[in-house]
Amino acid sequence: MRTRLQNWTLLLSSAALLAVPSVSSAQLSTFDIEKRIGAESHVGNVTGHAKDAEPAYRRYCVGCHGPLGDGNGENAPYMQPPMYQQPRNFQLGVFKCRSTPTGTLPTDQDLYDSITRGFDRSNMPQWNTLSKQERADLVAWVKHFSPRWAGEKPGTPITIPAEPEVTPERIKAGRDVFARVQCWKCHGVQGMANGPSASTLADDLGRPIAPFNFTEGARPKCGDTDKDIYRIFMTGLDGTPMPSYADNIKPEEAWDLVFYLRTFMAQKSPEKEMAKKLDLKPVDPDAPAPQQ
Amino acid sequence: MSNRYNYAAVLSVVVLIASAALFLGPKVNAAGEGKITGTVKLDGAAPHMKGIDMSKDPYCSKAHATDPAHLEQVVVGANGGLANVVLYLSEGYSGNPTASTAVPVFDQKNCMYTPHVLAMDVNQTFKVTTSDATTHNIHPLPNPMTGNIPWNQSQPPGAAPVEKSWKAAEVIPVQCNIHPWMHGWFVVVKGPYATTDGDGKYTINNVPPGSYTVTAWQETYNTMTQKVTVASGAAANADFTFKAK
Repeated sequence: MRTRLQNWTLLLSSAALLAVPSVSSAQLSTFDIEKRIGAESHVGNVTGHAKDAEPAYRRYCVGCHGPLGDGNGENAPYMQPPMYQQPRNFQLGVFKCRSTPTGTLPTDQDLYDSITRGFDRSNMPQWNTLSKQERADLVAWVKHFSPRWAGEKPGTPITIPAEPEVTPERIKAGRDVFARVQCWKCHGVQGMANGPSASTLADDLGRPIAPFNFTEGARPKCGDTDKDIYRIFMTGLDGTPMPSYADNIKPEEAWDLVFYLRTFMAQKSPEKEMAKKLDLKPVDPDAPAPQQ
Repeated sequence: MSNRYNYAAVLSVVVLIASAALFLGPKVNAAGEGKITGTVKLDGAAPHMKGIDMSKDPYCSKAHATDPAHLEQVVVGANGGLANVVLYLSEGYSGNPTASTAVPVFDQKNCMYTPHVLAMDVNQTFKVTTSDATTHNIHPLPNPMTGNIPWNQSQPPGAAPVEKSWKAAEVIPVQCNIHPWMHGWFVVVKGPYATTDGDGKYTINNVPPGSYTVTAWQETYNTMTQKVTVASGAAANADFTFKAK
């Protein structure tokens, strides 16, 4: 019987072996990167310039994200999944928190929001103490690491209809969506991150990753407003096992699902109260999946 | 400076196309095209393919109740024929992507990928479908540095097909995170290609006359190459034998 640690070591070393060819081509030199020092960002009415961001990056970011933006800063070895996620490799140009469809680049605003918000349960703090201009400059700096921005435009943000009022019917409808698209396969029928596939998940680079546990009071990594939660499952978190449901959940159903997910959360909410009154039971994992 | 080079490049392309049009005229069409056929075999005993434990998803284990599923890294058919080998012209083919109108289909059936390996041309549209009554997510993992961008889409029961294409030639692993045993490949190549059938037989159609290097790619045994000359309208033969490790 192999221990868990051995399993992980095996998994990681095989992932490392597999990653060798891609990593070698993924490594960009300082020269490749400096060509793009003219990169700009546009956040609201602020224009950020990569060339102005270097001092701030060297002071606040380089320790984890590294001088080449590849996530290999000197602190990176101490952040081991699944307890902590590794720092983002900006050279790949693949980002979790986007308002744009899966497989597309995030908008400048998305990157700005990520820097501002930080990532809950990770080593990335909130950088809302930096000025708007500094953050916009850092967005441009983040972009200058990846060649993707030179040839591609960010995706078109998904359209989010106005949030309807929460009703018990909507919460029930959300439960049906939760059952139909089988969120529980990973997140568990009570949102406790204990679904049948939860223990086997790995990110795009083969590192173990846990699904979000709704019940322990943590904030979702890409924001905790209703709109943020809507965006998370409709765009997917690129680089992770979380797919986009944009093709399979209609916009009005998506709001129902947001309300239902709120009922799992530790924080008090009208949704939680309503679910209590409804005496809503978790979905039955053994029920055959309803057809669309 | 670079502008002048650009002009030169554009000019030479124009001249090339014009001369090609002059000399070859409308003769370069399906009539003059040949093909490459052959068999890919495995020399030696096929490695044991482990069975798959699908008990985490009752739908999947039920689908394989009488016909247990096995891993598919090496699938050997009659007379040692090797299935799921992709053959393509790695050298000598200068034509454009064939822009084939055929749409290859990658189906998720009984919690396995059918086919296990899907070959396609650069920019060719392919389709991912699901025949299962359980949710899958279709998650290709290209290297973003090649120009192919990873994406990840859900396909609950009855979901509409996902239609996509890839910008660059690359061997792309595909996985379903919900069913971790589901692992397949998109093999994106430039120009004509073929995949071996269950007996290891293949035919690359629409090959213009000329000399080529044919590469055979197999997920476990990597690649083998062979020089082949195709005459106008004729079929050339190229057999490959991978050595079992």
